[in-house]
Amino acid sequence: MASTECDPHTHARYVRRLGDTALVLSQRLGELVGSGPTLEEELANANIALDLLGQSHMLLEHAAQLAGDGATADSLAFERDEREIESLLLAERPNGDFAHVIVRGVLYNAYAAPLWESLLDSADSQLAAIAGKARKETAYHAEHANDWLERLGDGTDESRRRVEHALQELWPYSGEAFMADDVDDAVAAAGIAPSCATLEPAARELTRDALTRATLDVPESRWMQHGGKQGRHTEQLGHMLTELQHLARSHPGATW
Amino acid sequence: MSEEQPWPLWEVFVQPRRGISHVHAGSVHAVDATMAVHNARDLYTRRGEGSSIWVVPTEHITASSPDDRDALFEPALDKAYRHPTFYEVPDGVDGM
Repeated sequence: MASTECDPHTHARYVRRLGDTALVLSQRLGELVGSGPTLEEELANANIALDLLGQSHMLLEHAAQLAGDGATADSLAFERDEREIESLLLAERPNGDFAHVIVRGVLYNAYAAPLWESLLDSADSQLAAIAGKARKETAYHAEHANDWLERLGDGTDESRRRVEHALQELWPYSGEAFMADDVDDAVAAAGIAPSCATLEPAARELTRDALTRATLDVPESRWMQHGGKQGRHTEQLGHMLTELQHLARSHPGATW
Repeated sequence: MSEEQPWPLWEVFVQPRRGISHVHAGSVHAVDATMAVHNARDLYTRRGEGSSIWVVPTEHITASSPDDRDALFEPALDKAYRHPTFYEVPDGVDGM
């Protein structure tokens, strides 16, 4: 599958982006801990957040090793500023109501599921191993989000209204993952990752299936927000990073 | 303002390994059976406790009454001939 070599810096940056997205989304879900609508959802959400945190840790650790510059998963997570974090914009969208949380999950998982599936064949065997584990977790996250989407979409007038609203708000963030830049092109050419072009149809189909089962219309607009992968974020990320990094930055190098 | 209904209650049974009986683990609230299995997975199998989950609506469980405990269970206590204690279980027979 590998055809050209990819320089380690670009390779590391690609893996780091995956870790960043998982970290930011995990942090968002972590904000919901203690305020779930029911005890059952509280646990479900916490489990998902922890899974994503685990994925982030593995990915950032791997990225740090690839870069070989002495970074660690912790230093990457706690010591970088917004401009250096290259997570997808979708991940940093605020939680909003339950419909928002579910729709964001549906859109993210529709991308992550085929991503992990493709990465099983990565020329980077460590990344393939991470994908093997993440795939099973994401399969469950997708089931959870899609089942909820179905019940909310095909539920009461209020649930439907909220889901449709969430979908309108979040849809413009659903395409960034498939907008290839130099990094994406380089790792695809080196057989490290699937190209965005091959990933998009699978993800879009999963999204369409989920929306259709929920009796929702697939939004038509094509214009997509982007910039997260290049470190250009919305204001919300800054506030989130403040909370995420405050402890580590106040006590550098602390352990317990 | 829509009328609020509490979610139905389900009893959860978890099977630790294939071949072993499902054991009652607790209960969950869920909107329907599919979500009940999800919720049971999230609440009761976080630590690798199981390989299979059963959920049953609580209303479908019929329980014996504590008042009948004596009549139902005491007569069995002094009938040693019902116990298989006089057999030797051969080596290598698992799960007995």
